[in-house]
Amino acid sequence: MTADTLLRQLIDGELPDDDGFFGRFGGRFVPETLVPALERFEEGARGALDDSAFKTELKQHQETWVGRPTPLMYAPRLSRAWNAQVWLKREDLAHTGAHKINNALGQALIAKRIGAKRVVAETGAGQHGVATAAACARLGLPCIVYMGAIDVERQAPNVVRMWRMGAEVRPVTTGDATLRAAVDEAIRHWVGDPEGTHYILGSAVGPHPFPWIVREFQKVIGVESHRQMLEQAKKLPDIAVACVGGGSNAIGFFHGFLGDADVELHGAEAGGVGANVGQHAATMSGGTPGVLHGSRSMLLQDGDGQVSDTQSISAGLDYPAIGPEHALLAHVGRATYHAVRDDDAIAALDELCRLEGILPAVEPAHALALAKRLCRNRDNPTVLVNVCGRGDKDMPILTKLAEQQGGAS
Amino acid sequence: MKPHQRIAQAIIAGREQHGIALVAYVTAGYPTLDAFPEILKEACAHADVVEVGIPFSNPIADGGTLQESAREALKRGATMTKIMRTLRDLDGTLAAPLLLMGYLNPLLAYGLDRLADDAIAAGVHGVIVPDLPLEALGMARPLTDASLATIGMVSPVTSDERLARIAEHATGFVYAVTSVGVTGQKRSDQAQIIGYLTKVKAAATIPVCAGFGIRSKQHADALRGACDGVIVGSALMEAVGQGRDVGSVLAALR
Ligand SMILES: Cc1ncc(COP(=O)(O)O)c(C=O)c1O
Repeated sequence: MTADTLLRQLIDGELPDDDGFFGRFGGRFVPETLVPALERFEEGARGALDDSAFKTELKQHQETWVGRPTPLMYAPRLSRAWNAQVWLKREDLAHTGAHKINNALGQALIAKRIGAKRVVAETGAGQHGVATAAACARLGLPCIVYMGAIDVERQAPNVVRMWRMGAEVRPVTTGDATLRAAVDEAIRHWVGDPEGTHYILGSAVGPHPFPWIVREFQKVIGVESHRQMLEQAKKLPDIAVACVGGGSNAIGFFHGFLGDADVELHGAEAGGVGANVGQHAATMSGGTPGVLHGSRSMLLQDGDGQVSDTQSISAGLDYPAIGPEHALLAHVGRATYHAVRDDDAIAALDELCRLEGILPAVEPAHALALAKRLCRNRDNPTVLVNVCGRGDKDMPILTKLAEQQGGAS
Repeated sequence: MKPHQRIAQAIIAGREQHGIALVAYVTAGYPTLDAFPEILKEACAHADVVEVGIPFSNPIADGGTLQESAREALKRGATMTKIMRTLRDLDGTLAAPLLLMGYLNPLLAYGLDRLADDAIAAGVHGVIVPDLPLEALGMARPLTDASLATIGMVSPVTSDERLARIAEHATGFVYAVTSVGVTGQKRSDQAQIIGYLTKVKAAATIPVCAGFGIRSKQHADALRGACDGVIVGSALMEAVGQGRDVGSVLAALR
């Protein structure tokens, strides 16, 4: 199928197809034990999204509990510094501090609807874990969160938040002890109890229907941004930028602009500390097609199909694969993905702190750094950045950095 | 005889001789690349069919023992290329037919066309791919075209309708996962397992083997009559990890 046809199908809402494919990417590559659970979840999700009562309930939670719509903000001092018109979508102001709540709330509502007795989730930065813990607390569902032991340490404030909200946090010491290992363990847990448990996957990855349902719940970011740009800026952006780990905030954000051919879409991946294997998590820049965690997408792997180790200052971007819909967007040329290094992200984080008084998470700091790079060599472009989370969770990392820089005193 | 028929035949012969056939799982390259060929030979001498596990970095259907064995094997440099070369060198010296058990990604990286050619050349008779469900079986076309067995897996939560379709498409045998969960875990209630296996047997025209959580002769004996064979993996790899002799561990299961 040609790139144009695939893009048209995507814009028209025809993808994923019935088997969960976005062109050559996606699908459902899982042990047989999980197939009935995925089918039940898909059916439940379709029913819910078609049900006006469900939509009303979701909207009510979004408005009164999540705090939607989140603001769109013009950033005057950043604009001057970048020689651009900079707009920020403030997902960091959503309840629990990141876009993750959009998906966690939606899926928790479906979990309840399909009669799940408990919820498991994985978390990297801890934001998805906190969002899931919060949604489960609100809906009265028991919640278990798997988190890599390394991430438990570097995102410590979020571990305490999860405990406080009644979730059980299970540190994962196997594998790379970060997000990939946490997903492995959450899936293993789910394989052991596919009938009683719902797995709330936190990004636009995994077997069908996850990439689809996560996109559906994150689309609210793009839809609001599109409307708010027209209302406040009186125009659409020339450039829209989001960070990409698994790709949930980016896919929801991009979806608001897919049909607007003049809006360039850019994803910022974790460039870590270098371009060699094991030094980064830039899946699209350094990966090849492969199958991990139930879906075919771009994957950091060696020639034998073993998944590579990754490195990033941002626990939320530290994942060797990317959602299949992003792989398709790159394949058809609708979105472009770039590696952004740790130090560039930290510089961008500082810039936003100092010029606008906003402490972003290190994940969206990657998007800010990329946006700044894209503004060079252009004449006063209108740029929209999705600030998908706030940086409070990153205090352990920032404290350590400040100590190294001698700036703590 | 086609490769997949050889697998089915070996299970039936094992059942006729011992009351229930024995399928042994060994992780390729565990505990070391050098020790593996001897372990494989021993396994083939005592089991009716041997599964050779291809190590993968993210084996989501595996419990602790098999995860650990794969991790060790990878650390020691086990790759598809080396494993296929080892199998090719051993071809003709092994007393039982072989199956490759591997997650999809390393198989795709190797190339399924190449895998089909090399499997035939190395005397491999089939494959088990735990993360290749019925709906994606079309991808395995190069393997089915080569008449390799594509083992179908079913689980206690599989619907009757899916069970019928999986049994219809499987060749070699139907792999009935006896517990809902990862490998090596405790099995479900005995009466439930028998009821489930009876259902799988009724749906299949090829042999049915039960696996996951089978650790002793007692477990195997309890399934006599309800299925054609049992698959023993974690218990065997645990024994290998402790340096115990594979031949005597398998002999004790008969
Ligand atoms: C603040 C924040 N941004 C971004 C991400 C990356 O996730 P995704 O790529 O799914 O948006 C995370 C994940 O934990 C996060 O916490």
